Amino acid sequence: MNSNMQLLRFITAGSVDDGKSTLIGRLLHDSKSIFEDQFSAISKTSEKRGMAAVDLSLLTDGLQAEREQGITIDVAYRYFATPKRKFIIGDTPGHEQYTRNMVTAASTANLVVILIDARRGVLVQTRRHSYLASLVGIPHIVLAVNKMDMVDYSEARYNEICTEYLAFAAQLGLHNVTCVPLSALVGDMLVDRGDNLNWYQGPTLMELLENVEIDHDVNTTDFRFPVQWVCRPQTGEYHDFRGFMGRIEAGEVSVGDEVTVLPSGRTSTVKEIVTFDGNLQTAYAPQSITLRLDDEIDISRGDMFVKKDAMPDVEKEFEAMLCWLSETPLDKSRKYLVKHTTRTAKCVFSSIDYRVDVNTLEQHAEPVVNMNDIAHVKLKVQQPLVIDHYQRNRASGSFIVIDEATNNTVAAGMIC
Amino acid sequence: MNNHVFTHLDALESESIHIMREVAAECKNPALLFSGGKDSIVMLRLAEKAFRPCKFPFPLVHIDTEHNFPEVIATRDKLASDLGERLIVRSLEASINRGSIVIKNPDLPRNPYQSVTLLETIEEFGFDACMGGARRDEEKARAKERIFSFRDEFGQWDPKNQRPELWDIYNTRVHPGENIRVFPISNWTELDIWQYIGRENLEIPCIYYAHEREVIRRGNSVIPVSDLVQPKPGEKVEVLSVRFRTVGDVTCTAPVESTAGTVEEIIAETATTRITERGATRMDDQTSDASMELRKKEGYF
Repeated sequence: MNSNMQLLRFITAGSVDDGKSTLIGRLLHDSKSIFEDQFSAISKTSEKRGMAAVDLSLLTDGLQAEREQGITIDVAYRYFATPKRKFIIGDTPGHEQYTRNMVTAASTANLVVILIDARRGVLVQTRRHSYLASLVGIPHIVLAVNKMDMVDYSEARYNEICTEYLAFAAQLGLHNVTCVPLSALVGDMLVDRGDNLNWYQGPTLMELLENVEIDHDVNTTDFRFPVQWVCRPQTGEYHDFRGFMGRIEAGEVSVGDEVTVLPSGRTSTVKEIVTFDGNLQTAYAPQSITLRLDDEIDISRGDMFVKKDAMPDVEKEFEAMLCWLSETPLDKSRKYLVKHTTRTAKCVFSSIDYRVDVNTLEQHAEPVVNMNDIAHVKLKVQQPLVIDHYQRNRASGSFIVIDEATNNTVAAGMIC
Repeated sequence: MNNHVFTHLDALESESIHIMREVAAECKNPALLFSGGKDSIVMLRLAEKAFRPCKFPFPLVHIDTEHNFPEVIATRDKLASDLGERLIVRSLEASINRGSIVIKNPDLPRNPYQSVTLLETIEEFGFDACMGGARRDEEKARAKERIFSFRDEFGQWDPKNQRPELWDIYNTRVHPGENIRVFPISNWTELDIWQYIGRENLEIPCIYYAHEREVIRRGNSVIPVSDLVQPKPGEKVEVLSVRFRTVGDVTCTAPVESTAGTVEEIIAETATTRITERGATRMDDQTSDASMELRKKEGYF
């Protein structure tokens, strides 16, 4: 087994009716990622429920409560590998908590598979999934036109759906879209090509997942290094050691580079890039490293190292798109906490500009933000944050909102 | 990423280091659960990568069932001492003597009781975060668990009331008396663990490698003969070449038949195996489809 594979995280968007669970089950089954004991457990359950064939969708059922209710509650993660790549699937349910769960799963994804039932074509929910994919900035979109077996494997029907979808996607600014026809039930064009879609010359779904280029999914140009932890051993040979530990969230850094520390704005030069496996000359996102500087300047957790050629903004007020995750609506009269990179600060929402109807994409000027709502807001924070536009840099453009009274995570924010 | 190949192991390692540093920076009194098993040995290496040349900003803690394989305990003690890190051991025996655990049959598996001693240890030291080596690929209930998994005052996990986890921005906040369990290797699979053990050349207990052992066949499992497990009338003791995929309670951890004597051979077997790690080796998880979920709700990690 190859230990030099890349890791791809993807999610699937679609309702149970679109065959989403069957598609995941089929990917796992046909790539031989289902274990015999798992298979025998779902075989037994399928039999108990009086089904003729093994229901592969049962593989993605998780908790006891949802087995009892026959629904999926939350985001579950599945793992499989082919000789080319290791995959993490974020499996999101399709009921009314959808927005919250999809945004959660999408936040770490390289790719989304948007499922369409070939009989029904582009629906309201397809638009909703695509809007959320664009909002969260998932780098790659695959439109999977499923249930081709139910439309006699019609090339004309497939082309009709793709044309309609691509026009809509372009309006959203989604450009990295690839379409693929398939039948999850039969197994056509997932892992194996099958014999029914011979008019289609493109890659199978698995080939797409294995080959999509993901090196540029992180921002490789604008160096961002939020300090997580300051290491000062103060013992023996490390008496004078002072290292700034963290993960490079974007760009790269080399020994000898001049760096600026924000928000203070002081500059210094990188003396060493330390790792447990030895010092490096250059380090890249998303490596976790320890930086040492030429001179002693005061730096602590929450500060960010950047370079002069790509400076972020340092702001106490900014605008963001917010996805509200909590059952308790947003309260403009209250203070919340914002956690952004490694800095946590008190904040208030100074205005709620509009809410987006995720089904029609219309904007509504309403001052209420409930669970699953997407809203455009303005925030004021107590201390300056080092920020980027989310669409330019996911890591320094994203934040979570915490309710101090309950300590719950109540919103996800994307700076715009 | 210019000339630099960033593999899946690099990605997983960097993610785990990032998580451990967040715990160290944001939690007041964290601990790292360390049993001497392969997953927790990987956790130790990740902690070295995260914090060296500093000392770990947390102690290692082992909840000892006293039903352990002696080879595992020996490795546990050796690694902690080689690293020069503080190891706290709390045993189920103390909870039994205190009366907080009542055991009806001393020979039965003790995993269900670990939760009690773990919660008592959390209280004794006032830990607000315990890092564990659980992986989401191990079990269905784990597949939905957060990396930062919030527990109430009774140490309980409510699967319907978990905090959403977005990007890699972790909410580490707890009220006094509450705590979180943190799983830095959530996204690793059994195969990733073995590939990493190979890449890092990690020392693991010898019973993970194939060796000859006296076993009894019970149902689909082979059970190792030990002080606690003796053949019943009619059962035959065989000597087989076996290795352990997990090393838990001696009375309920079954080895698999194998001749894999090196990490490379284990990786080859793991890549082609058709049975899950727990399905093959943990008899206590086979009692019901939901047994792990029930244990987790009671405070099991």
